[in-house]
Amino acid sequence: MPRDKERPAQVLLVATLVCVVCALLVSTAVVLLRPIQDRNALLQRQRDILQVAGLLRPGSSVEAQFQQIEPHLVDLATGNYVEGGDAIRFDIARASRDPKTSTPVPADSDIAKIHRRPSAMPVFLVRGEGGLETVILPVHGYGLWSTMYAYVALDGRGERVKGVTFYSHAETPGLGAEIENPRWRKTWIGKRLVDDTGSVRFDVAKGAPAPDEADYHVDALSGATLTSNGVENMIHFWLGEQGYGPFLARLRQGGA
Amino acid sequence: MNAAYQRTLFEPLIVNNPIIVQILGICSALAITSKLAPSVTMSIALTAVVACSNAAISAIRHHIPNNIRIIVQMTIIASLVIVVDQVLRAYAPEISKQLSVFVGLIITNCIVLGRAEGFAMKNAVWPSFLDGIGQGLGYSVILIALGATRELFGFGSLWGYPVLPLESEGGWYRPNSLMTLAPSAFFLVAMIIWAVRTWKHDQQEQADYRIQSVHRMETQ
Repeated sequence: MPRDKERPAQVLLVATLVCVVCALLVSTAVVLLRPIQDRNALLQRQRDILQVAGLLRPGSSVEAQFQQIEPHLVDLATGNYVEGGDAIRFDIARASRDPKTSTPVPADSDIAKIHRRPSAMPVFLVRGEGGLETVILPVHGYGLWSTMYAYVALDGRGERVKGVTFYSHAETPGLGAEIENPRWRKTWIGKRLVDDTGSVRFDVAKGAPAPDEADYHVDALSGATLTSNGVENMIHFWLGEQGYGPFLARLRQGGA
Repeated sequence: MNAAYQRTLFEPLIVNNPIIVQILGICSALAITSKLAPSVTMSIALTAVVACSNAAISAIRHHIPNNIRIIVQMTIIASLVIVVDQVLRAYAPEISKQLSVFVGLIITNCIVLGRAEGFAMKNAVWPSFLDGIGQGLGYSVILIALGATRELFGFGSLWGYPVLPLESEGGWYRPNSLMTLAPSAFFLVAMIIWAVRTWKHDQQEQADYRIQSVHRMETQ
């Protein structure tokens, strides 16, 4: 027996058996745990959306709190709602890859460097007694290393920022990754992204802004100029004509 | 439980501790111990992997051909680590995010392969399993000690609950930010090694060479 196990046939047999058993073990675990992981991902997304709108209350169920949010899919070209879409489970990255669900962005207006954008994007609305209170828009754009994904919460007219959260990115830890920093994100609150004529006006830059600019200005992150530029471009793209522009125009006319 | 089993199980806690005596698994001990919760999760994950891989490898040890034994061990270990990683992602998504790559890196943790090659290949299933649990507990003791110390002095809290009132929130404690950085674990591990070697004299190694004092005859 001890000699036997060194024969090539035995070596191949043992290697094959070990691989088959291990492969079965791993795939069983992945398949069985996938539904729970998907549910976690969904809960995380709902938590992010509640948090950016300033509605997250710790202690009570996220799912119950999410009932106050009204999800929609918006056709970006027309700004109208798409019926029957599942906004909360919408996978932005996948929809951008599929030619059937996305449109190429013309090179001269592709400031967020995303090449293709989904034809329809999710939006999340919060209504209060006085009408529309908060509009939450998912946005994304290229930073230094990676595509940064964020939610921006705006007031009911789609002009002032109520909150911002970056939920997925791979920027440099300690520099670009400071876009996650709560203190920096707080500086966004109350800033205007759109001026009185309805055009996008917002900058993320270093140094003190001119007095008439201060309302549209967020300080750049030190040591992360390219990430900061990426954030600025991302906002300009998504609030502009190629992004949620038509939807926001409809919103301001009271059509949402 | 007989005496030999007890030794297999409890010796790695201090006397033959994988981190402070064998000096293995240092990398993860530095990286993920800034807070207590991830330290405990990592401890459980590693203990589960060493115990199961030891048992599995020991069960087929008579059939593993000598010249592919390392790759067979690695296949088993890697599969177990993927399973543990998937379980954490499903049931502890927050902590799994904090541990990031370090759960996956259990595959290359020297403790796991070391026990597989050094113990499980030569012993029966039950003692191998106990050995895995014992080595895992030894790793856990140090990780939990590091995690607790670093969180207490670096953040003024334990398991996320405030213990020392922070200056920034009106208390008296100013957090030691060195404790939140990986190098502090080096200092703490060194202090633990120092303390244990003072207590257990037989762990003090003979120096390989001595610095001799040189007597010079210098003429004034």
